[in-house]
Amino acid sequence: MIEIRNLSKEFQTADGTVEALKNVNLTIQDGDIYGIIGMSGAGKSTLVRCINMLERPTEGQVLIDGQDIGALSTSELRKVRREITMIFQGFNLLMQRTCLKNICFPLELAGVNKADAKKRAMELLEVVGLPDKANAYPAQLSGGQQQRIAIARALATDPKVLLCDEATSALDPKTTHSILELIRDINHRLGISVIMITHQMSVVEEICSRVAILDEGHVVEEGLVSEIFSSPKSKAAKRLVFPEGAEEILLETKGERRIRVVFSGAVASREPLIAKMAMEEHIAASILGASTRSIGDKAYGNMLLGINGDDDTVQRAMNYLRSIPDVLVEEVTDNA
Amino acid sequence: MLDKLLSPETIEETLRIVQNEFPLAIWETLYVTVIATALAIVIGLPLGVLLVAGEKNGVLPLPRPVMQVLNVVINLLRSVPFLILMIMVFPLARLIVGTAVGTVASIVPLVIAAFPFVARLVESSLREVNPNIIEMAQSMGASPFQIIMKVMIPESVPSLLSNFTIAITTILGYSAMSGIIGGGGLGKIAINYGYYRYMYLVMLLAVILLIVLVQIFQSVGTRLSVKSDKRLKGK
Ligand SMILES: Nc1ncnc2c1ncn2[C@@H]1O[C@H](COP(=O)(O)OP(=O)(O)OP(=O)(O)O)[C@@H](O)[C@H]1O
Ligand SMILES: [Mg+2]
Repeated sequence: MIEIRNLSKEFQTADGTVEALKNVNLTIQDGDIYGIIGMSGAGKSTLVRCINMLERPTEGQVLIDGQDIGALSTSELRKVRREITMIFQGFNLLMQRTCLKNICFPLELAGVNKADAKKRAMELLEVVGLPDKANAYPAQLSGGQQQRIAIARALATDPKVLLCDEATSALDPKTTHSILELIRDINHRLGISVIMITHQMSVVEEICSRVAILDEGHVVEEGLVSEIFSSPKSKAAKRLVFPEGAEEILLETKGERRIRVVFSGAVASREPLIAKMAMEEHIAASILGASTRSIGDKAYGNMLLGINGDDDTVQRAMNYLRSIPDVLVEEVTDNA
Repeated sequence: MLDKLLSPETIEETLRIVQNEFPLAIWETLYVTVIATALAIVIGLPLGVLLVAGEKNGVLPLPRPVMQVLNVVINLLRSVPFLILMIMVFPLARLIVGTAVGTVASIVPLVIAAFPFVARLVESSLREVNPNIIEMAQSMGASPFQIIMKVMIPESVPSLLSNFTIAITTILGYSAMSGIIGGGGLGKIAINYGYYRYMYLVMLLAVILLIVLVQIFQSVGTRLSVKSDKRLKGK
């Protein structure tokens, strides 16, 4: 369990003090995939860097299984860092080492002997699905493959927690999807807790169970992903949940029910889907806002639908949409 | 003048000098250059590492006064013209190698002139290392020493090789200059025959040989640097 208690972080800059984090309190249970989402500059990276003390908090504590890691000596902290490993937006692979040697890197740091390290690295290459890339150099790999190697490297020391700072932000939607699948798989199979930092809502929706919304250094909302996305309360949450511009539409459409549809690789493009629902279920839905992208024949992104009708109609519409693989559906209520 | 330069006697004399003295001179030049470069790297590399790692935000922050002294000493040594430096280190050379003149003695001022230069070159190479990669290593529990040995230096090998190539070609040039005050090698031949005895043809040949050596070092160095760089695709 990770407990973040009253965490604040200030930076002294030439233009004065920047308060990057203000009294943040979060609890992340073992085995969770926990999302931390916020706009650029919200303090997400600072928060994640405080979790492994790459950044020293100005105030507050980070407890890992009850142990205050801010109070550890330098050498104890180095040991703890093997248990809270990190992957990054830019992958940060060692460019002059082969993939195999990259995965061996944290093991070398920990003093594991060469033969054992190599064996473990080969196993991990299997886990991330790139057993044939052992002797390739990172520059010879695609972004998605590089991130897989980075994940393998992060897993080498058998961590309890995997910190992901915008791990998929440099990747296209399809690759993002496959990396998220891998992370979910790792979470399930190895029981590693995952903290996902992102500004992409679709990432949180796809794999997180809980989410905290960070806005200007504050946690403005925290809870189950399904709850937050179906009834966002704070302004920051609404801004993230509704596709661009939908907020205004929302205000005007009183009486209409709204459904959020999230595509994570569904084999569908949006017009036929709505048209098909109209034909097969006789439910008319209007698209209030959408930000979807099709890659090949697969759709990624989200869409806000407006439906005029009673509970039954809405329920049928949701059931219909839910029957499509890789589509998430939630009703959105505006109870702010 | 030209007919005197190319008269049969001159050419014959030149050939004789080339045969009798050039092999040793080439050997001395190579020997002095390589040894001086190696020693300059042995001293300059750790100093260059300290210049980067010892900074306030470096991986191994050192006290400010230490960094200041290091910087001042390096700048001071770098600003003394080589010829004057050579004369200044005569006593030191005598102390170290027992004599102030001669081929071996000339290694001492060369190293003293070159190591601060190498330190700066190393500094610039290490600064090219992506800070995110250093942060990655820290996030995995690497110690400062591990970061230096396993990240900073290995990641900048191609850049270091190309900078060491600059160093060795520069030192080659300096070693020729040391011929003026008793150092051996091609520089000595160029000065002795060209300047004191007006045998321009000998001087010209010595200079051409120096140019050829620089070219060889440069192209071998560039090739090693490119070859070592795993960032380049298609290999
Ligand atoms: N080392 C630093 N010195 C000064 N200010 C900093 C430093 N690091 C971060 N900040 C400031 O803290 C705030 C939060 O930055 P942070 O990098 O945590 O944001 P973020 O949520 O990760 O944004 P992004 O999505 O763009 O990565 C910003 O205002 C930033 O300018
Ligand atoms: Mg960030």
